[in-house]
Amino acid sequence: MFKLEPRAAPSKVLTLASPLIALLVTVVVGVALFVALGKDPVAGLRMFFVEPLKSGYALSELSIKAVPLVLIGLGLAVCYRANIWNIGAEGQFVMGAVFAGGVAMQATPQSSPLILVAVLGAGMLGGMLWAAIVAVLRDRANASEILVSLMLVYVAEMVLSYLVYGPWKDPAGYNFPQTITFLEATRLPKLIPGFRLNIGVAVALVAVVGFAIFLFRTFAGFQLQVGGLAPAAARYAGFSSRRALWTALLLSGGMAGLAGAMDVAGPQGQLTPYVPVGYGFAAIIVAFVGRLNPIGIVFSAVLMSMFFIGGELAQSRLGLPKALTGVFQGLLLFALLACDTFIHQRLRWVSTP
Amino acid sequence: MSLRLELRGITKQYPSVRANDGVSLQVAPGQIHAVLGENGAGKSTLMKIIFGAVKPDAGEVFFNGQPVQIKSPQEARALGISMVFQHFSLFDTLTAAENVWLGLDKSLSLAEVTARIREVSGAYGLEVDPERHVHSLTVGERQRVEIVRALLTKPQLLILDEPTSVLTPQAVDKLFVTLRQLAAEGCAILYISHKLDEIRALCHHCTVLRGGKVTGEVDPTKETNASLSRLMIGAEPPELDRKPPTLGDVALSCKGLDVPKLDPFGVSLSQVSIALRAGEIVGIAGVSGNGQQALMAVLSGEDPRAPQGSVHLFGHDISRATPRQRRHMGLHSVPEERLGRGAVPTLSLAQNTLLTRNDAIGPGGWLRTAAITGMAAQLIERYNVKAGGPQALAKSLSGGNLQKFIMGREIDAAPKVLLVSQPTWGVDVGAAAQIRGELLKLRDAGCAVLVVSEELDELFEVSDRLMVMAQGRLSPSVPVDEATVEMIGAWMSGLWEGEHVQA
Repeated sequence: MFKLEPRAAPSKVLTLASPLIALLVTVVVGVALFVALGKDPVAGLRMFFVEPLKSGYALSELSIKAVPLVLIGLGLAVCYRANIWNIGAEGQFVMGAVFAGGVAMQATPQSSPLILVAVLGAGMLGGMLWAAIVAVLRDRANASEILVSLMLVYVAEMVLSYLVYGPWKDPAGYNFPQTITFLEATRLPKLIPGFRLNIGVAVALVAVVGFAIFLFRTFAGFQLQVGGLAPAAARYAGFSSRRALWTALLLSGGMAGLAGAMDVAGPQGQLTPYVPVGYGFAAIIVAFVGRLNPIGIVFSAVLMSMFFIGGELAQSRLGLPKALTGVFQGLLLFALLACDTFIHQRLRWVSTP
Repeated sequence: MSLRLELRGITKQYPSVRANDGVSLQVAPGQIHAVLGENGAGKSTLMKIIFGAVKPDAGEVFFNGQPVQIKSPQEARALGISMVFQHFSLFDTLTAAENVWLGLDKSLSLAEVTARIREVSGAYGLEVDPERHVHSLTVGERQRVEIVRALLTKPQLLILDEPTSVLTPQAVDKLFVTLRQLAAEGCAILYISHKLDEIRALCHHCTVLRGGKVTGEVDPTKETNASLSRLMIGAEPPELDRKPPTLGDVALSCKGLDVPKLDPFGVSLSQVSIALRAGEIVGIAGVSGNGQQALMAVLSGEDPRAPQGSVHLFGHDISRATPRQRRHMGLHSVPEERLGRGAVPTLSLAQNTLLTRNDAIGPGGWLRTAAITGMAAQLIERYNVKAGGPQALAKSLSGGNLQKFIMGREIDAAPKVLLVSQPTWGVDVGAAAQIRGELLKLRDAGCAVLVVSEELDELFEVSDRLMVMAQGRLSPSVPVDEATVEMIGAWMSGLWEGEHVQA
């Protein structure tokens, strides 16, 4: 019988290297997968690890996907550090997009460029409101935030569908389920002509610094984390668990909402039923692979968006199923958890008595 | 006649510590054999090896002269070895008989087991009603259930792990009568303890462990506490210097406090009154689980359910104040659990100062990391904490050193009122003396100190007045000079009405 035993002193180096080892494992399994599918593994890996970084245009596309992952991942990292299991960022993302879209649709050609601020603000508010439902139910009724936040994802998608199939449908849109294309004033300014890269990158980097400061340099961030690490110690110290719940959920909801707003005010430019593409779920993996650390999240978000783009390329160029994206993302998380398990514990053969 | 149990050269290496190092031990039938040692000396590991729960790296075990390899507790029981653990393993919602029945092979019916329990408990003076639910039993009664359960298997060797830590002095005497009777019938008993008086009163032979090695094989009846303690810790504990107290005004008080229990098996506080004055130490004795923790939680603010106007600090109503607000007014507390409550295990000592100390927090909640590290470094130095430095994780410290750090953190805040639960639990004798000394220094500086402890010796040593908690009620106080162990023992059972009442 195999038995897991805790190691006396887990290696510091390995703990830090764990995400890299997990990536290596993912690549090895990926190679095996390509071979099994009868494809050239080198070509397969190129789609995931080279093509997305090859040109300025590719990097710009990478940023389009990485920015929402960073923003959502940051908020989720705060939640998970506080031991609050918000897995409904996808729903908060959708509601952010809906609220932002609602404001963007009000713009007229005379609107000041400042309306963009209102669009993004509305998106944050939408995400926060959606997360606040979770907070209220957990706070008042002690409902599991895991279930509530997850189920609210589907509600949010229904709300979006209702709006784009119904009252918000573009009258001149040939009956497609979509809103009008938003006016230029409500769109995120692009940084370089010809590329889709926009100021979202700057927003994300500011957010990374902001969250790093909040987590590691402020008493509020400290209190939140104590509540997650040792609830009894937080009670002893008098740190409010209710405040931690609300802070974490509103922060992560707001960040997911902001990501949603920037998606519709950026690359999308209108609301369609296809706003939810899984950023909210992928960001859970981003947060953990990034070690719940703001800087780490930047790297893991880039990696995850490489998987997104690589999956699309593998589909169009190699004729592989797009589900590969999900397989790689899942593999990475799985490998990371396995690495962590073996870094903190060792496997021993124990003869059964 | 052959020895009942013999150990030769038992060695057990854990990743970071050698728990047993060439330990040999001989127990004759009918002998009450003490295993004495401080926390961490290797007593528990040794008992787990005998009971088959831990496998030794080297060494031999002989039972009734035969070499044996005990691979599991089941095998130990089959050989005739029974163990009563320090922490009970009884289901609250079942009756005593059902609990015992669960642990036996199913050859007997519940009715037969009930009858056997009556028989055994009658024969050994262990009063147990097998039909009662465990949650309605006192801690002493629960222990008797555990002992009866052990005796039903007719053991040839009975191991008791710190059996008296949850008993009143009177219950201890009763237990000793039972144990002597068992020994007289030929059962060998291994009695694990760090309480010197008990070992001298009960045991025929004593093996002393220190740092995993045997440091003495003595006849405890011929030893003094001082000589045993020298064997156990390598030195005699220093004497405390206790001056008469200088009393100030009432600092912390509550009157007729009622707080309902939080869970069905908890303890409700009922009509609790205390008036703690500046410059004194009041000790609260009692068998654990009689409401001491509930009381400390209400006074420290962790439990916010005290009725409005029921708790006062320097004349202000603090019944609804949070622990942080109370700390701002000078009331600090040290909880009984160190790891996970008094300190966050996975955070550094520096970060752990932030739990109760706001000195290094700048405007807007900005953390001044240099100041935080400096504070932790000072605490480590001043309170003699053995740690890797301010960045060492709390969980990397031994229990005693973490306790010194936490005590230091609260004492260093110069509190006006300090609540302490189990100040020296799991702390070695030298460090315990240091902590008690610090408490006395604090009291001499005018702080009001409330100490909850299960160690009566400790309470008699540091307290100016003693109170007793039983079933959620608090006895009147008695000056320590007028208190006796017998009287406090009787009070622990809740019998204080009409006795020696003083405000």
